[in-house]
Formats: sequence, C-alpha cells, structure tokens
Amino acid sequence: MSTEKNPQPDDLIHIPPEMAIAEADVRSEEAGEVVHGTSLWRDAWRRLLKNKLAVFGLVVVLIVTIASIFGPTVIKAAFGFTPDYIPTNDQQLTRSFPPFTGPNGEFSWLHPMGTDNAGRDQLARVLQGGQISLFVGILATLVSLVIGVSYGAISGYFGGRLDNVMMRIVDVLYSLPYVIVVIVLLSMFRSQTPRGQLILLFVALGSISWLTMARIVRGQVLSLKNQEFVVAARATGVSTTRIIFRHLVPNTLGPVIVYATLTIPQIMLTEAFLSFLGFGVQAPLASWGSLAADGIQNIAIFPWQLIFPGATMALTLFSLNFLGDGLRDALDPQMRTV
Amino acid sequence: MTSTPDGNLLEVRNLRTYFDTEDGIVKAVDDISFTLKRGDTLGIVGESGSGKSVTNLSIIRLVPDPPGKIVSGEVLFNGNDLLLLPNQAIRKIRGRRIAMIFQDPMTSLNPFMKISRQLMEMTQLHLGHSKSQAYTHAIRMLETVGIPDARIRADNYPHEFSGGMRQRVMIAMALSCEPELLIADEPTTALDVTIQAQILELIKKLKRETGTSVILITHDLGVVAGMTDHVIVMYAGKIFEQARTSEIFALPGNPYTKGLLKSVPDPTSEQGKLYQIPGQPPDVAHLKPGCPFAPRCNYVQEICHREFPPFVQLTADHYSLCHFAREVYSESGGTPIQS
Repeated sequence: MSTEKNPQPDDLIHIPPEMAIAEADVRSEEAGEVVHGTSLWRDAWRRLLKNKLAVFGLVVVLIVTIASIFGPTVIKAAFGFTPDYIPTNDQQLTRSFPPFTGPNGEFSWLHPMGTDNAGRDQLARVLQGGQISLFVGILATLVSLVIGVSYGAISGYFGGRLDNVMMRIVDVLYSLPYVIVVIVLLSMFRSQTPRGQLILLFVALGSISWLTMARIVRGQVLSLKNQEFVVAARATGVSTTRIIFRHLVPNTLGPVIVYATLTIPQIMLTEAFLSFLGFGVQAPLASWGSLAADGIQNIAIFPWQLIFPGATMALTLFSLNFLGDGLRDALDPQMRTV
Repeated sequence: MTSTPDGNLLEVRNLRTYFDTEDGIVKAVDDISFTLKRGDTLGIVGESGSGKSVTNLSIIRLVPDPPGKIVSGEVLFNGNDLLLLPNQAIRKIRGRRIAMIFQDPMTSLNPFMKISRQLMEMTQLHLGHSKSQAYTHAIRMLETVGIPDARIRADNYPHEFSGGMRQRVMIAMALSCEPELLIADEPTTALDVTIQAQILELIKKLKRETGTSVILITHDLGVVAGMTDHVIVMYAGKIFEQARTSEIFALPGNPYTKGLLKSVPDPTSEQGKLYQIPGQPPDVAHLKPGCPFAPRCNYVQEICHREFPPFVQLTADHYSLCHFAREVYSESGGTPIQS
C-alpha cells in the first residue's frame, strides 16, 4: 500500500492541452447548420392527417360548426324566416311538410328538411339547435378546462394532505348520480324564461364536467413535478403559482386537448338527454335533444321531425369522437411508429 | 451587500438533513460544517448517495419536504442564516444570488418553453427587466456561453439543442443575474468527455470573469483536481476529509480518500486491473455505531466498529474523520500538527 506512488494532482487533470484543439473542432461542428426538428405539434398534425376517420371527423365538425353559426342568418336572408317563425296563413298551419315539399305538395327548396308541427322550418331549427348544442358542449368543456386543470394541477403539485382532501372531494362528487343531481338542480331552480333555463343548464353541466379533467391533470402533474426542470425552475426563484401555471400546465396540454375533445360530445349528449326529458332547452329555443323530443311524438306520421335532428346529432357526435380518438393517437408518444 | 469581515461567502454549520422514509430515518446529511471564501471554488466529492447533492439542496432550501427535513444547523450566506429566512426572501436569493446548475441538461430545461423565454424569466423576475431588455440580455448570455447564432437559436425549443448546448444554456441561465455563488451539481456527468472538458473550461472562464464563487459537486476526481481550491470528501452523509486540493491529492489523511485516489485509473501504468474499494456504501437508514466506512477499510481495527471516529485536525486546514488519521497522514508523507 505504502509502496504505491501517490497520484499527484497533475496526473489527474484530465484536460490535456490537445483538448483545446478538439474543443475548437467540436464547437465549429456545433456551429454548423441549425437543425430544425419537427415540433411536437407539427408531428402530431402530420399523424392526424394520416388518420382518415379523424380527418373525416374534423371536416364534418367544421362544416356543422360553420353551418350552425351562419346557417340561420343565411336562411333569414335567403327565404326571410327565422327558426322560430310560425307562418300565420291557415294552409301552412294545418300540417307538417315533408322535406323538399312546397305548400301544394310540389317539389320545393324552401324546406329541405321539412317543417315541424307549427310550420317552422326544420333546417333552420336544426341549425339553431346545433348552435345551442355546440355552445353548451364547448362552454361546459371550457369550464372543465379552467376549473379541472387548475384544480388538478394544484392538487397534484402540492400533494400530501391537500391532495388527499381535494381528490376525496372529487371522489364524492363523482359518486353522486349526476343525472339526478342535475335534474333536481334544474327543477328546483326552474326558470320562467327559456334563456334563464339555458343558463341554469350551463351551470349544471359545467359543475359536473370538470371532475375527470381534474383527475387527468393531477396524474400528469404528479409525474411531471419530480422532473428536474421543476427543481431547476424553483432553484431560479420562480414562484409556486408560476411553476404550476407556466411550467407544468403547458406540459399537460396533450392529454388535456384529447380529453377536452372527447368531453364536448359527452356533454352534448348529456344536454340532449336532459332536453329530451324536458329539463333542458325550452321552446322556442331549440337544441338537438329538444327537437328529437318533439319529433318522437309524431314519429309514425312525420318521421322527418325526428330523423333530421337525430341524424345530425349522431353524425356530429361520431365525428367529434373520431376526432378525439385521432388526436389521442396523434399526441401519444407511444404511437410514434407511424 | 454585506460581507462578513473574514471574507467568508458561505458558512455551513452543523447542517443535518434527514429523510423520513418507510425504511426509517435516513440521515442523508449528518452534521456537516464547511466554509467557502469569496471567489474560491470548493469541490465536494463522494460516491452516489453520500449526501453531496442533498447538502447543496439544503443550502437553498430545495430539499423535497416531505420526506426531507433540515433538522438543524445554520447556513450563513453573507452572514445571514438562509434557513431562517421566510419563503419570499429565499426566493429572491435563489437564482439571483445563489444559482444552480443541474446534472442532467436533458431534463432540466422546460421542454415546452423557448430557450429565450426560459432565460428571460430569470432577469425579468430578479432584475426587473422589461421584455426587450430581458431578450437582449438573454441573447448576450447565450453568446457568452458560446452558443453560435444565438439570435436564431434563442427561439428554438430545448429538444433542438444538443446535450452540451443545453448545459451551456443552463450555465447562461445560472449566470444571467451574476450570482455570488454558483452551485454546480455534477454539471458534466451526463455529457461525453469532449463536451465535459468544454463545459468545465467554460465554467472556469466565467468564474474568472465574474468572480463568482463555485461549489462543484462531482464524483470525478480529475475534475476536482483541475477546478477547485478546496475539497470535501463525503461518505454516508459525513465529511470524511477536508483539505486544500493540492494537499488532498498529495497527502491524503483518510483511508477512504486513499481508496478513491487509488481507484482513479492511471494511464501510465501497464497493469490491466483497476482498483476498487471493496464492498458497497452503507445503508444510511441503518447505520451501526462506529465508523460507517469500517467494513470496507484497509486500516480497520476493533475500535472502528465500536466507536465513531473523531474529526482530527492534521494541519491548519486539513481535517480527517478517522481513528487513525495521523497514522494515515504520516504514511502519506505528511507531518500532522499536534493538538
């Protein structure tokens, strides 16, 4: 042991002078071309476009959205009636016209989807119903984004007892049968005006929509918060709020977007269900659910009253689900083989 | 900025950081004291799990709590005890006056933020820079650390940078507020050898230019030899030896340090077999009484298993935690002072 030569400091410095040259070499190599990697989003977009169903979904959703937003206005400009216009001459009051049929049974472009019992144009009503259905879906999803993401991020980041309490609250809310809760809420505070009822519906749907989102975000944040960049951010003196909302939340965007896309049809379906039961949107406002509810009463005589709103809703919900599935596949890093 | 009369930037006294795990209480850092003079570089060496990183996380109070807890001790930075400061105040020190570089540059940058924004965050937060000021400063910092085409590169995301360049960005971030103390936690471990040399050269150069004090945590003795003024050797949460860098390599006074030095491959020797210290580091949750290194030690005597070794002063600034510190030191060729 003692016969061993003790290593001298100079032997140990492993930065030999020739390294200086190597350093210059490497640096000039590094200086070369700026490599533009494909970003996560561009990558995901490319994968999404390869998924035919998802593209179909995206196109349909876009068409339905645009038609719902501008359709009623265009119809008003072209034919001069609004969705809630009830014709007053007797002949038209008497019955519901089939699609593409004029007052005298001849072919006509006036009502491509026919009219309802009161003689209102079905197409205009379906489009206006689309406005409300989409609006309810998107609004409730926004609520779930704002509340769910913040709630989940805070719960996941702080962890410990706070996390426990916050997540048990979510569990309790989860375990309540939400349909009953919403029905009780809607009938207890039953509003006199259709608009008031609509707002009540938003509140009811918004209050249940954020639970799953909170869980998803919490899970993401739990796995992210131990990564070194969070410690690095703390080591630079960044405040906790900023770490959560500027550093962590953007990193959860992938799953959040996917889940939000899947929340929209889910909420729309719930809205339709509630409207169908008569708790949701009230006439003269229409949603796809309330139109279907009206239609089902006359299904034997005037089947188009049910078929058109029902088909439009089914098509839109399918499309949204295809799109959500496509997004999930596109944003999932495990699927990078494509 | 107040400075203590003796020129000590950082003084750590009897620091203990324990982790409360299911396995029992892990004494990750157990009664550690050291000082760092303004402008000096201190190296902390040790095997994985010896408490190097926890020591430094404790200094800026970033030990994850729970399960970690700073049980006792003082961390005097410019004479103020950092452990007593309110959260608000310690946040103003982190990044502004004490900055940190982490081991893995691949994960210590936020993958969702542009390089420029991550750099700007620092100066906007601490120096009150406006957006454009911060941007200009960020570009200048990137140029300082040798990022080519800094203006274009600043708008890239971390994944578009190589490991070495990311570590340069980390250094740029750490130094952008001109901190008084830079803690580099194994800054080169995740990089390949040529890049390691570059990064170390860069730290050295920037240290010269800014006069920042540096704590360099590493398990690479070569790095310590080339970079530091003083060295602390840690083992099982304790300081085993503490000395000037030149002294510790020439005249080690602790069997553990000797073993570490012997384990460094010697390129001039023809012998094929590499030396290694026998055994494994101890489980710090279940330390037996006596010296934690005893089961692996060449000098072990019966007393080592029974009694915890004393912290022996060998020269004015050379200490060793060993029952036989004087003997080991003499064997290395040094003359210990009498206490």
